[in-house]
Amino acid sequence: MLHSLTLAEATQGLRDKKFSSVELTKDLLERVKAVNPSLNAYVTVEEEGALKMAAEADKRLTGGKNVTPLTGVPVGIKDIFNTKGVRTTCASPFLKNFVPPYDATVVTKLKEAGFVLTGKQNMDEFACGGSTEHSCFGPTKNPWDLSCVAGGSSGGSAAAVAADMSFYALGTDTGGSIREPASFCGIAGLKVTYGRVSRSGVTAMASSWDTVGPFGKTVQDVATVLQHIAGKDPRDATTPPIEVPDYSKSLGAGVKGLKIGVPKEYFGEGIDPQVEKIIRAALKEYEKFGAKLVDISLPYTSYAVAVYYVACPAELSANLARFDGIRFGAKPKAPVKDMIDYYYQARNEGFGDEIKRRIMIGTYVLSAGYYDAYYVRAQKVRTLIRKDFDDAFKNVDVIMAPVSPFPAFGIGEKKDDPLAMYLADVFTIPVNCAGVPAMSLPCGFTSGARKLPVGLQIIGPQFSEDRILKVASAYEQATEWHRMRPNL
Amino acid sequence: MITPEQVKHIAKLARLGLKEEDVGKFATQLSSIMEYVEKLNEVDVKNVEPTSQVTGLENVMREDVEARFSNREDLLKCTELPVQNEQIQVKSVITM
Repeated sequence: MLHSLTLAEATQGLRDKKFSSVELTKDLLERVKAVNPSLNAYVTVEEEGALKMAAEADKRLTGGKNVTPLTGVPVGIKDIFNTKGVRTTCASPFLKNFVPPYDATVVTKLKEAGFVLTGKQNMDEFACGGSTEHSCFGPTKNPWDLSCVAGGSSGGSAAAVAADMSFYALGTDTGGSIREPASFCGIAGLKVTYGRVSRSGVTAMASSWDTVGPFGKTVQDVATVLQHIAGKDPRDATTPPIEVPDYSKSLGAGVKGLKIGVPKEYFGEGIDPQVEKIIRAALKEYEKFGAKLVDISLPYTSYAVAVYYVACPAELSANLARFDGIRFGAKPKAPVKDMIDYYYQARNEGFGDEIKRRIMIGTYVLSAGYYDAYYVRAQKVRTLIRKDFDDAFKNVDVIMAPVSPFPAFGIGEKKDDPLAMYLADVFTIPVNCAGVPAMSLPCGFTSGARKLPVGLQIIGPQFSEDRILKVASAYEQATEWHRMRPNL
Repeated sequence: MITPEQVKHIAKLARLGLKEEDVGKFATQLSSIMEYVEKLNEVDVKNVEPTSQVTGLENVMREDVEARFSNREDLLKCTELPVQNEQIQVKSVITM
């Protein structure tokens, strides 16, 4: 049962020689074998590679040199991070056989810390979606209810952590792709400030939005992982030379006197009454800890989804133009007559429907005559949404709201209604518009027909990850939600 | 409103092949998405600067030093097409 430990507990056990990394890794791989067939959270399992890395880690642990909290701890990561020698698919038919010749910077950092890679986790194709249903490997199931989605796009990573198949995981969040699945699967997930973590070697979706962040079973675990991946990277010019604080230092410090903004736009119409009740109860808890609730308004909230679905497809269509099936990626199976036909066929066979939709929207809004009317206008409204947050943070320390207006929905419920799927991100996208960090923290379960987790969203100003982690840990220490595990 | 003809035109601009039977479906779906984003027109954006970089970074400089990113053989292994003289062999670009 080693797989049910938290990262902190696994680290301690390895240091105390209660078990070796090889033992821990074998136990986790057994868990993956037992549970993954019903959840479909991993798309690639690296059994041999993991055991080799674990043996290396054991040498390091025995020597006692260069030992970090991640040394010897086996985990999987979202299949969007390039891993040298390990297939990286982005859950797309285009990359089904792609083996990268280099590691993403975050993978290099984890390797330097001595981590053990157990495999790659399922996602929506090229991180486009909120349910992991747009994957060429089929959907990931929610560990709490197999008829429901795990959320997305980092659904495989969230489900793997919730189901004890990964001690932590890395995902990406462009419009909610860490927070929404964390909320749907009942674990902690952190979307960092834009630029806090390097994106070099992470397949780009929307470049002015993409972020990389950790999933964990506890706030402390999230803090530990962030400590190892945050910071400036010469290979990603958007990472500023802002100092990385000691994230564990602020944990458990209490929240007396903290001012929590409660934005009225995130409550009321469209929100599931059970979700609202659970979030309100969590806010009450914070009041008990000595924090003060302040009613605030973020007036441009209702425009965020529209901003996102202009700007993001525009950037995506440019980024995915590099997929031509020549230098890398699948060549078309259908016969082609010339080069241009090759492009059409490669991209027809290589991309799923959601990617095709987004490429076409992006191409449309960037085409001659429409650029100012759509893309530039969306960027201007984005400025107003940023200002909403800037103004709010003049009066409050953090903002709290639901992550999603509803808990995990049924598989197939929204798959063919793209707009309904987009609106699931209504409370996560504004945060990406403003580039600020935010966390999803388990804060209760729905009751009735489906027992599903609900996540509290804690939002802070840019580069205030330490504050968010501190505030989250106060709640976690007083509640038991993070200890709940699905029956699998 | 995006028509099936427009879908075909946009797909052509994006060098994106579509299955004939999908064109109608995409026209309906893209129309509903574009109709939704029309709500951006309600917002007064006069004198508002566009956001293209959200943390305010500009002109990030680095030393102009040459560095080898990955070796040629490893990169050429990524293609599924035939490789000849360290070059990827593709279909003819100009056709009659």
